[in-house]
Amino acid sequence: MTLILITVISICVASGILLLLSREVFKMVMGLAVLGSAANLVVFSGGRPGSLVPAVIEQGSQALVANAASPLPQALVLTAIVIGFALLCFALILAAAVVNQQGKTDVAGFQENEPSAPAGQKAEPDKPPVMEVES
Amino acid sequence: MSLLWPFLLPIATSLLSVFLKGRLLTGINLLSSFALLILAMQLLFEVVSTGSVSVVFGDWPVPYGIEFYADGLSALLVLLIALVSAVVMVFMVSWEKTAETPSYFALMQCLVASVIAVSLAADLFNLYVWFELMLIAVLGLMVAGKGSRHTEAALKYFAVSMIGTLIMLSAIGMIHGAAGHLNFNALSQIAASDDAGNSLSLYGGMLLLAVLLKIGAFPLFAWLPAAYHALPAPMLALVGGLLTKIAVYVLMRISGQVLDYQLFHEAIGWLAVITMLSGVLGAAYHWDLRRILSFHIVSQVGFLMLGLALASPAGMTGTAFFLFHNILVKANLFLIAGMVWMTAGHYDLRKIGGLYPSKQLLTIIFLLSALSLVGVPPTSGFWGKLLIIMETFTQERYLWAAAALITGMLTLYSMSKIWVEGFWKPHPGEPINTSIPVSIYVVMLLLSAIILLMGLIPGPLIDFLQQQQWPQSNQGGVL
Repeated sequence: MTLILITVISICVASGILLLLSREVFKMVMGLAVLGSAANLVVFSGGRPGSLVPAVIEQGSQALVANAASPLPQALVLTAIVIGFALLCFALILAAAVVNQQGKTDVAGFQENEPSAPAGQKAEPDKPPVMEVES
Repeated sequence: MSLLWPFLLPIATSLLSVFLKGRLLTGINLLSSFALLILAMQLLFEVVSTGSVSVVFGDWPVPYGIEFYADGLSALLVLLIALVSAVVMVFMVSWEKTAETPSYFALMQCLVASVIAVSLAADLFNLYVWFELMLIAVLGLMVAGKGSRHTEAALKYFAVSMIGTLIMLSAIGMIHGAAGHLNFNALSQIAASDDAGNSLSLYGGMLLLAVLLKIGAFPLFAWLPAAYHALPAPMLALVGGLLTKIAVYVLMRISGQVLDYQLFHEAIGWLAVITMLSGVLGAAYHWDLRRILSFHIVSQVGFLMLGLALASPAGMTGTAFFLFHNILVKANLFLIAGMVWMTAGHYDLRKIGGLYPSKQLLTIIFLLSALSLVGVPPTSGFWGKLLIIMETFTQERYLWAAAALITGMLTLYSMSKIWVEGFWKPHPGEPINTSIPVSIYVVMLLLSAIILLMGLIPGPLIDFLQQQQWPQSNQGGVL
């Protein structure tokens, strides 16, 4: 079980990073989503994933059986999935809005926020150069 | 219950704000901000009288239940957050530009709630959830501007913070796998004992990486100035004043109390040196007021990291003092940038000027905050820097001290750039010269008075911080 999880996590991380390095904006967002699944699996694997013994104390007994599954990581993963899903939806809409507004999908082309020219080129203080369109 | 109200109230206001409009919206938000201030004071009084307050959900015993915890440090932090948010709220209500986007109010309350909850959370997963909420609120504030600059900044901020969050989540999962606990106290006991200690330091390092990304430490700070300057000035005061500082506070808890390893302190110290210098050099290079101030955040965060790296009660006291000073001064400076924008019509220093003859009061407020940021005695910044640098000399970290002093000098340079370009030289074009509402002046003077008071009478605060239970560090656990 652990070996399967490790394999799946490594595949997820590798493909997530590959997608993240792409310059296409939607691929980038999908890369984050795949990486998110990898992170969820990491949390999941922290809770003794191979065990089939439920985390319930038997009647009459005082303590849990030794190798019972830990329910807490599953609860944590559930929370993380919900948050991650909401963020993914938001990110997709955000990416769509950026693509619509700028008319390109290349991440390297998103430069509106960067100062349009190096600011150090101020030569004469009396004559301010025209730069950076401000809203 | 007094522990939960400070973040339940802003959440409730945030939800309510979605349905409200116009005067009712601003009125309820103002009321809620002032009520929050009172609740935060009440919490501080309770903490001062009893030492610490803790609430555990669902009647579970402590290391298993979800715990919220306040000691003197976090209660004081909550009070400052409430103060900054109240000032920002008055600023927003008086600024007609925010009336166009009512969604700012709901998002801002949500941000305040999550920042307060982060400072009160006492287990790692709870911390992660509130960090996420903070991220969502900031993203909302960024896109609320609706322009293509705003969405672009939000996308970049999202991508970077998401990577940080995912690293944090995986680290938390592995820490839970290794230690079986997420509660701060339980974790610190396990980290101090030898058995799980070694693998825990590896996962703890991963957690630190995620927190350092949120802080904007050296190689990972480029997102900060790129994203922050898409926000309007009052929002920027809140986001820039609080977000990275709260991450520093989390680092303080994690590296100082929970996972206290000598190797971490060493790494944080050297990163701090590079962060300080690169931040202040970036500030010296840029001309947009918001960009300059954003780069200053990076350099001041480096300073705070330096204090943490010293890992001694004296270093921690200095860090906490500098943290409180910085939250107030930074918020003040961003709000001043907003006032400059109102009266001069631009954030770019090359296109504005002549503020000294036309706005004397604004000039005085700016001068006070600027000198305080540089650390000129007897302002509040001086005491924070003095405490930290004195401790670097005590520990014979002369290189670190030199970097801190050089940073201070360069900060003076970039602040005098704002002074000369924005206030002294005549306006290059036609100044807009809109009058600034009186209510904004009132709250700004109030905030400046608090900063001034912190500088003139630093004794009580330093004494209070020295009485905190700072951990005696250096248990010597290494990777």
